[in-house]
Amino acid sequence: MYLYSLSLQRATGIVCATYGNFVGGKTQEIVVARGKVLDILRPDDNGKLQTLLSVEVFGAIRSLVQFRLTGSQKDYIVVGSDSGRIVILEYNREKNTLDKVHQETFGKSGCRRIVPGQYLAVDPKGRAVMIGACEKQKLVYVLNRDNAARLTISSPLEAHKSHTIVYSITGVDCGFDNPIFAAIELDYSEADQDSTGQAAQDAQKHLTFYELDLGLNHVVRKWTEPIDNGANMLVTVPGGGDGPSGVLVCAENFVIYKNQNRPDVRAVIPRRTDLPAERGVLIVSAATHKQKNMFFFLLQTEYGDIFKVTLDYDSNDHVTELKIRYFDTIPVTSAMCVLKSGFLFAASEFGNHALYQFQGIGQDTDVESSSANLMETEEGFQPVFFQPRKLKNLVQIDEVESLMPILDMKVANLFEEETPQIFTACGKGSLSSLRILRPGLAVTEMAVSQLPGVPSAVWTVKRSVNDEFDAYIVVSFVNATLVLSIGETVEEVSDSGFLDTTPSLAVSLLGEDSLMQVHPNGIRHIRADGRINEWKTPGKKTIVKVGCNRMQVVIALSGGELIYFEMDMTGQLMEIEKREMSGDVACLDIAPVPEGRQRSRFLAVGSYDSTIRILSLDPDDCMQILSVQAVSSPPESLLLLEVQASTGGEDGADHPASVFLSAGLQNGVLLRTEVDMVTGQLSDTRTRFLGLRAPKLFSALVRGRRAMLCLSSRPWLGYIHQGHFLLTPLSYETLEYAASFSSDQCAEGVVAVAGDALRVFTIERLGETFNQTVMPLRYTPRKFILHPKNKTLVILESDMGALTTEERDTNKKEAIEASGSGENGKMYMDEQENGEGEEEKEDPLPDPQYGFPKAPSSKWASCIRVLDPKAGETTCLLELQDNEAALSLCTVTFHDKELGTVLAVGTSKDLKFWPRKESTGGFIHIYRFVNEGRTLELVHKTPVDGVPTALCPFQGRLLVGVGQILRIYDLGKRKLLRKCENKNFPNTITAIHTYGDRIYVGDLQESFHYVKYRRDENQLYTFADDSCPRWLTASLHIDFDTMAGADKFGNIYFMRLPQDVSEEIEDDPTGGKIKWEQGRLNGAPNKVEEIIQFHVGEVVTSLQKASLIPGGGECVLYGTVMGSVGALLPFSSREDVDFFSHLEMHLRQENPPLCGRDHMAFRSAYFPVKDVIDGDLCEQYPTLSTELQRKIADELDRTPGEILKKLEDIRNRII
Amino acid sequence: MQASDRFNINSQLEHLQAKYVGTGHADLNRFEWAVNIQRDSFASYIGHYPLLAYFAVAENESIGRERYNFMQKMLVPCGLPPEREED
Repeated sequence: MYLYSLSLQRATGIVCATYGNFVGGKTQEIVVARGKVLDILRPDDNGKLQTLLSVEVFGAIRSLVQFRLTGSQKDYIVVGSDSGRIVILEYNREKNTLDKVHQETFGKSGCRRIVPGQYLAVDPKGRAVMIGACEKQKLVYVLNRDNAARLTISSPLEAHKSHTIVYSITGVDCGFDNPIFAAIELDYSEADQDSTGQAAQDAQKHLTFYELDLGLNHVVRKWTEPIDNGANMLVTVPGGGDGPSGVLVCAENFVIYKNQNRPDVRAVIPRRTDLPAERGVLIVSAATHKQKNMFFFLLQTEYGDIFKVTLDYDSNDHVTELKIRYFDTIPVTSAMCVLKSGFLFAASEFGNHALYQFQGIGQDTDVESSSANLMETEEGFQPVFFQPRKLKNLVQIDEVESLMPILDMKVANLFEEETPQIFTACGKGSLSSLRILRPGLAVTEMAVSQLPGVPSAVWTVKRSVNDEFDAYIVVSFVNATLVLSIGETVEEVSDSGFLDTTPSLAVSLLGEDSLMQVHPNGIRHIRADGRINEWKTPGKKTIVKVGCNRMQVVIALSGGELIYFEMDMTGQLMEIEKREMSGDVACLDIAPVPEGRQRSRFLAVGSYDSTIRILSLDPDDCMQILSVQAVSSPPESLLLLEVQASTGGEDGADHPASVFLSAGLQNGVLLRTEVDMVTGQLSDTRTRFLGLRAPKLFSALVRGRRAMLCLSSRPWLGYIHQGHFLLTPLSYETLEYAASFSSDQCAEGVVAVAGDALRVFTIERLGETFNQTVMPLRYTPRKFILHPKNKTLVILESDMGALTTEERDTNKKEAIEASGSGENGKMYMDEQENGEGEEEKEDPLPDPQYGFPKAPSSKWASCIRVLDPKAGETTCLLELQDNEAALSLCTVTFHDKELGTVLAVGTSKDLKFWPRKESTGGFIHIYRFVNEGRTLELVHKTPVDGVPTALCPFQGRLLVGVGQILRIYDLGKRKLLRKCENKNFPNTITAIHTYGDRIYVGDLQESFHYVKYRRDENQLYTFADDSCPRWLTASLHIDFDTMAGADKFGNIYFMRLPQDVSEEIEDDPTGGKIKWEQGRLNGAPNKVEEIIQFHVGEVVTSLQKASLIPGGGECVLYGTVMGSVGALLPFSSREDVDFFSHLEMHLRQENPPLCGRDHMAFRSAYFPVKDVIDGDLCEQYPTLSTELQRKIADELDRTPGEILKKLEDIRNRII
Repeated sequence: MQASDRFNINSQLEHLQAKYVGTGHADLNRFEWAVNIQRDSFASYIGHYPLLAYFAVAENESIGRERYNFMQKMLVPCGLPPEREED
């Protein structure tokens, strides 16, 4: 078996981010690392974040910084990754790519303890960069420029210190003096030797300054001083004329200002009042805002509260006071960026990212802690308390959806749509949600208006070529035409010159500023000055089809006569040529006039005899047939589209433009054929089934380029995105007819008719594969199942260290009552009073924004939820009591069918992970579905001696994994009855699958075990297991002998029991029991073989088998903690395997990954990659330069077009 | 084997031990080995963001806190060292 791996949704979580002027010019861009993907984002004029570029780097990005050489206008990006290399990137505006400026190797690849890459710091003046590891190694590279003003990088200078753990490094701003880097270091050498533990207790963190002597070209430890032992992060304080220089040391509960030869200035970080006393407050992310004559820092705590830190300093740059003022609360971020334009980009750790706009920069009325009133008592420093409040200084203006983390995923067609839906359980704590993903682009509806009849077609038309916006919307009915003028409002007009007593066939702008209306009996040409020329059809013939562009019009009369008109120099429409076709014309189209030309050369004509012809429109061979293509079904609609895959600029690599003829056939298939620009020959046809209705094709504008709208049983959009032609469904209703629409309010929209309504919509977030429907959940979702018969979901939610909703409500009330004196508290009192009597009062502190209050980690909150996804409502929610947490579930139909299908839920009691995993037991709850499966009713609860971590129905009984024990239970009246058990599993059973009498047991650390149940002897025994240790996180049953699994380190693997062993076991009357009793190497007598191995690079949390396209083959879908969804498609032919493995091989050589990690090494990070071809790498082919594409294509004996077609085809087989 | 060769190998080993933390030696005890493994594991957790996120979800903490906890654990990852046997 060979698999093709393809990411469908790239990772949506963000690891780290930085910002600067990468494009050059005034705008600021944000560079975000999403694990193995590097993205450049930019807020557009409307404050929406747009992705400029997204590159897969095949490596783990761990740190990012930006720097600028003095006097330069443009910033560079430095990337710290697991490649053992430092990489400096520059954004190339012309090609829209990131160019590797420098790549310097310094160590082994992989995330290792002493190989730098974890930390990056840059001198604020851009003269040097330091790259550090968790321990010991730090390297400094000097940055400079050569005579040609190109960036140069020196050989590395070492600043190592062995036996030292590094917490954070940063550059110190010291103007143009020698660059200094600061590091928080902890020496462990003594603690390792001292058996009394005294040294470990006395271990002291130090702040160390490393000075790079530019003259001597070496690095010295300049200064080191003990600091607070809770220190975890450093923030640079502006210096060199802009401020006092030095660093802010963020420690648990404190922020301390430190600088050489200066006294420390310390202030406490205010605490939330409901925070348990034993918990500290840790700063997890920071942002600096610097203006001409002021600067401040925004520091965010692990609970989401942002504090504004300001420094008071005198003229000698002595810091006199450090103030920490409560600013606002937003979900915890992994990085924050304060842009010059007044935006704050918050890259959330979990859940959606957001863009905020500053409304203020902190009011005086908020709680403030200052170094001036720091109180030290016997128990330590006096804490300062505050209450979070609503957002005051920030306003959210955009949100970027993030699936991170996906904790469980199921694919099913519960809504009976054309394609199945992907249900994902996402988020953590208060940000938990169930998200339903549908393949397709999201659509924003701008307006819907009812029309007086059922319209058949719609067009938009400008008044003049130079107009920016459309002037009219023209709607055609069966016997009339309605003209709407677009202005402040859209209203009907009668002075447009259009004939309104007849239906229309086409409406368009002709020449510079005249309009044309084609109706069944003629062509009406409306000149700009109001003159109207009418051309009437000869005899009783009527016009049936029209094709036109700005200069040319072709009409097809009933009976199959084509008449060609062209506009002459005086602006008159002149008949040029006629041609009789063999039968009626089904459809025709002319491409738009190419820039700088008089006319378009090709006319495409589709006939009912299932052929498509290309006719010439050149004067010398006018209306001659250039080529013919026979198709499988009569064409319904044609569209000639010039695909400039990209001519550079903002969207991909260089490509010559090529003309594609798209044809929607009556059997629902869309054909895309390349038209030779010179001869008009048709070649290289790609087909795709779009839906049950014949696709109608329209041209539309997407980001200023021509794109294609295909209206079948659902609408599709074909457009170019970052060098790829994508054909993606829109998540919208079935539409009849559409036209592009541009007005003041909506620059790039679509106006369409469906039923008796006129709809205007826009398409946003181009390039995304899925659109989401979000339903909030209460706690972190752990697992869920679909109940296909009831069409409901049963979701288990549990949170460690959280209060139950009940406790939280009481606490909230108490807090509000208690804090009557506090300013913040008063506000709530007022609201509480005002809110009385109202049913739904607004929650002053919505949980998703502020998070749940922390509880001791021994406390659990958990619930079982039944959700009807269609209505989006929870039909049943059972909150578990007594510190129980639900961890596993399944539906089971017991032998004794009295209860029908019941739900089994495994719970733990008092579960603890540290210092070692333990619990005081667990329960298996059995629930009956009542009320048509909408509610649950407890049947009974069976105590078990461990945590039931896996449940599975098995031959009318229940298989339970309790720690190391696999058990079979049967249903009793009062509780479950134990029937059979096997205690010999290595660690903890995390997954159970069954097929026939075979049981597949997944262990937490030891991969899968194949188990057989012998009914006659009532025995469970393991007959095969894996030879590799695998920390299983997800599992999927593929077939009788094959299992797919994913481990904690980001690998996906398939394993198969060899055919002969499988047969032997099935044939053996004892079922291999004798062999089992003997055992082998402390394991089962047989070993499974690994047949597939692939490193994804993110923890895979769920695996599913599904087919995402109607009639398509099945593939394995996976969801990861970073919020990405990918697919593994089995190849159906050896030929394809050869082709793609060769393509992959060439791309590995010609297109090494951007961040310096070797592609093969990355995909083989833990185990050598086996029989999987990386589609993400293959899909980088279109982004290569034309020469390189040709070179690779030559090596493969193909043309670049064929390769692109192959790539498109295989993608279309998945989604 | 010649005496000079042995010297050579030893010096090479010493070089490796100085350069790469955790290079073993003949007298490595169980504790030292375990400490080394643990520190390597924690460093790997810190380096692999998805793993950090995975732990953070399990423990219902923020990723930043989880990273800090792992860093802190690198100081004494396996408890106190055993008492030295006097030679």
